[in-house]
Amino acid sequence: MPPLATVAAHPVLPSGPLPRNPGAPLDLDWVGSLRVDRSAAERRAATLTTRRSVKGAAQAAWLLKAITLIDLTTLSGDDTPARVRRLCAKARAPVRRDLLTELGMDELSLSVAAVCVYQAMVGSAVAALAGSGVPVASVATAFPAGLTPLETRLAEIHAAVDAGAAEIDVVINRRFALAADWPALYDEVSAFREACRGAHLKVILATGELGTLRTVARASLVAMLAGADFVKTSTGKESVNATLPVSLTMARVVRDYAQRTGFAVGFKAAGGIRTAKEALAWMILMREELGRRWLESDLFRFGASGLLGDIERQLEHFVTGRYAALYAQPLA
Amino acid sequence: MLATMSVRDLFESLDYGPAPEAADAAHAYLERHDRRFGHAIDGLLEKIGRDTFETSDPATGATLAVCTQGSAEDVERAVRAARAALPAWRALPGHERARYLYALARQVQKHARLLAVLETLDNGKPIRETRDIDVPLVARHLYHHAGWASLMGREFPGTVGVGVCGQVIPWNFPLLMVAWKVAPALAAGCTVVLKPAEHTPLTALAFAELAITVGLPPGVLNVVTGDGRTGAALVEHPDLDKVAFTGSTEVGRVIRERTAGRGLALTLELGGKSPFIVFDDADLDAAVEGVVDAIWLNQGQVCCAGSALLLHEPIEQAFLRKLRARMETLRVGSPLDKTVDMGALVAPVQLERVERLVRAGIEEGAACHQPSWRVPARGLFYPPTLLTGVEPSMTVAREEIFGPVLVSMSFRTPDEAVEIANHSRYGLAASVWSESLALALDVAPRLQAGVVWINATNVFDAAAGFGGMKESGFGREGGREGMHAYLVDEVERALGPYPEGAQRPPAGPEAIGEASEAGDAPTDNTGSAVRGIDRTPKLYIGGKQVRPDGGTSYPVRGADGRRLGEAGWGSRKDIRDAVEAARKAGAWSRASGHARAQVMYFLAENLSADLERFVARLRDLTGAGEADARREVDLCVERLFCYAGYADKRGGAVQDVPQRAVALALNEPWGVVGVSAPDEAPLLAFVSLVAPLLALGNRVVATPSPRWPLAVTDLVQLIEASDVPAGALNVVTGERDALAKTLADHHEVACHWYVGSAEGSAEVERRSAGNLKFTWVNHGRRRDWFDPSQGEGEAFVRRALQVKNVWVPYGA
Repeated sequence: MPPLATVAAHPVLPSGPLPRNPGAPLDLDWVGSLRVDRSAAERRAATLTTRRSVKGAAQAAWLLKAITLIDLTTLSGDDTPARVRRLCAKARAPVRRDLLTELGMDELSLSVAAVCVYQAMVGSAVAALAGSGVPVASVATAFPAGLTPLETRLAEIHAAVDAGAAEIDVVINRRFALAADWPALYDEVSAFREACRGAHLKVILATGELGTLRTVARASLVAMLAGADFVKTSTGKESVNATLPVSLTMARVVRDYAQRTGFAVGFKAAGGIRTAKEALAWMILMREELGRRWLESDLFRFGASGLLGDIERQLEHFVTGRYAALYAQPLA
Repeated sequence: MLATMSVRDLFESLDYGPAPEAADAAHAYLERHDRRFGHAIDGLLEKIGRDTFETSDPATGATLAVCTQGSAEDVERAVRAARAALPAWRALPGHERARYLYALARQVQKHARLLAVLETLDNGKPIRETRDIDVPLVARHLYHHAGWASLMGREFPGTVGVGVCGQVIPWNFPLLMVAWKVAPALAAGCTVVLKPAEHTPLTALAFAELAITVGLPPGVLNVVTGDGRTGAALVEHPDLDKVAFTGSTEVGRVIRERTAGRGLALTLELGGKSPFIVFDDADLDAAVEGVVDAIWLNQGQVCCAGSALLLHEPIEQAFLRKLRARMETLRVGSPLDKTVDMGALVAPVQLERVERLVRAGIEEGAACHQPSWRVPARGLFYPPTLLTGVEPSMTVAREEIFGPVLVSMSFRTPDEAVEIANHSRYGLAASVWSESLALALDVAPRLQAGVVWINATNVFDAAAGFGGMKESGFGREGGREGMHAYLVDEVERALGPYPEGAQRPPAGPEAIGEASEAGDAPTDNTGSAVRGIDRTPKLYIGGKQVRPDGGTSYPVRGADGRRLGEAGWGSRKDIRDAVEAARKAGAWSRASGHARAQVMYFLAENLSADLERFVARLRDLTGAGEADARREVDLCVERLFCYAGYADKRGGAVQDVPQRAVALALNEPWGVVGVSAPDEAPLLAFVSLVAPLLALGNRVVATPSPRWPLAVTDLVQLIEASDVPAGALNVVTGERDALAKTLADHHEVACHWYVGSAEGSAEVERRSAGNLKFTWVNHGRRRDWFDPSQGEGEAFVRRALQVKNVWVPYGA
């Protein structure tokens, strides 16, 4: 018996800019067929970082890459335009110039992937980032609970897009997922997608409130079928935010979706990722389960506010051999 | 190459880069010993001996150290030291032994990094495995057994450590096997002579050094290094009380033969071809990862490796696609690198074996899939390999490859999955993947395997016993049952031999005219002296009374020499038919304990109602007085009640494992069991042996007292009337030792209890090597069946069952 044709390790994507995920009709058989074994998922998640390790120069390179994957975020009730401007300044120059020189990365114009703010702060952020090429992402749809009338939420999306947001992070109605009312979830996310127009849609599942990994998997798929450009774990406001098993579960659905439809959907891990070590764990997860291509900012993001500071410290340690104080890095 | 790559380049490629574990400390340890090792005997690390062998790093070929090839004299010294140390060690309070085991556990943890690196250097398995799996399990095993040592008096009353243990362990988990062997032995109060594999002696020697560090009394743990010759010298040493072996089925069989008749306790943990069954409602991505853990752990050099992939037809192609994609992302390389999944095979001979078997598979028509990347050219590396298009009849589907090679087959229904999975001479482990608990828990008990993992694989813990069925061996390591493997009942130890001449076999069938000796008053088989219609009892096979295949009978005489009648002269063909009937009576094993208890009670009730007939029969046969005969029948009724009571009380236990899992220790019957009953107490001994087996779900082929079988042939009439299903109990009369040979030889018989002569015991043990059935023989020692402490209870129940550990991880 001759060997079968070679199987690629990961979904094969076209080179160059990826087409947006157009979505697909709701396929309830597919949704219903998804199964996740929690113990097995946890075991895989726990061994990802014991099977793979990134040290030395490779670690420095991976951490620099991690910076380019960050949606630098402030989502607080006390946000002000000045606070947002400060964040944007950091987004433009996330690593000290001297460190980049030492790392041989001088010519690289390193910036974070996006700045993520409330809709009310979009204007300030757009102004502060003008000319930098860093897009502004806005949360919308009654973030973080998502429990206002649909028209209100759609209006919020429109306002954010009108104010110049290039990416919209929406929250799903958890009750649809918890009740397995997939048509309702599908319709709502489809409406969000339409409201986004040219802006990219990131769909926050608030996985900490979905109860089981199986529900996470199914909600992920429904969001993708409804045209999500990204699926995202958490708002950062739930008591449990991004975890590796949840991310593994979502990444595998992203993989199945790419295999089956040919369209690549991005993944955003948000909430609770504060250390360089955690960032590396997520990058290993993406590299192993989805492949190298999913370590670019069009397919992978960290939603984080504190992560950047720790990465900077680790980079300084790599360069100088000394552990740095937090105050040595410019404040965000 | 990667080491010199710039941050800039790595920023683009996002390669992992090398992440080597430092081996300095391990090399420094070897240097401290001048890279030359002797044995560890009687509390001393000896100087290197005259005959030596090198142990090397299979990933680089570099010699690590020179060790001593143990001679017969070395083994002799070690066994003598162990024997000398035994009385004091055995007499030590359990708590004191616990302190040593605890100290050993602490030492292992303190030196975890060194032990892990040393193991990886010597064996070639990835540092991830030695660091995260092997060494932590070693410490866990020692802690767990420190606990058993403390609790021995309370948890195992009436038992004592079996004595001096000769232990031979393999190279695939060198240090873990040390712990699995040494921890229960030391906890039980045994002393040990351990022979590690010649490919991987270093961590066992390091462990012996730790034992010296904690002040373990000299002689309690001795390590003798060397190859198979050293192992043979150890196993054949006349002054052992127990042999424990982990390794290949072939060598296990030889050890079974060579230890036969020596009165030794024996446990064998042997090879496997373990099924990995994926149903269409499984989490397929999880199952793919399970395959990685099943067959690409330790380069597949794992006795319980899930090496036979059985895929439900609806998901077969989808699963193979996912699996082959996953194979692409595996990494093979230096086992000290923290980014590899697979290291090097242990020795050139293993690499050759794997290459040869894969070639054979391809020649037989299998398609061979390997990743597109290449393994390092230098070192003993072999890529992860999947063979598809495999049929159950092919060599690669039947033979243990013991390498990173997986064979894949498909099935249509759960029944077919079970059938294919069980269609193997092995029975070590199985893995079942389904998100339906109903399905998984239906399949698990039906799989002939000592360990079943549901939605998991290669998970181990000291609290859950590990060990096989069928030709994967017998005995368990870990858990309560693992302790029993190193304990002996004090009652049994105290048994003395039969009086001289008590084991005389019957002469056999007579020729015409031979029966007319003086004193042969013609009688019938009711025991009445009045002549009735001639009635020669038949054999009882498959629920029917049948004539012996040979058509002959033999005379049965009472203790006074009077001829009481005849019994069928059973032959090997009758045993064959009886075993076949028993094989088909599987429903008895699946019946509930409650249902079996009802049958046992019914039998007791019928026996009680017919008491006077049996009293008269026993008086005629054995010459017993009225009171003794009555007591024998009464005790039979009592014993039937006793085991009817046990029938629904040995379902098993839930083991306390440190995972989020229910680890079920299911007590399962062996299946078809042979019983060879002794002459004395012809009814009571028979009932004492058969009742526990039957009550706990075994199907029995029993040969009653050869001299006085008529009490049992009478009993057969009651058995027929007591709802015992056809084939559950079969009775073949005749010469015990001749029939025992056929039973011991028979590969369908999973267990054999023999009570008779020392020679007969030896013969049964020797012949049991064929299918490595579990045997319980009396070595010519006599039990007082009238004494309940000798004739009934836990000792019988325990041996009527084998433990299957079913791991059920859970989580919403």
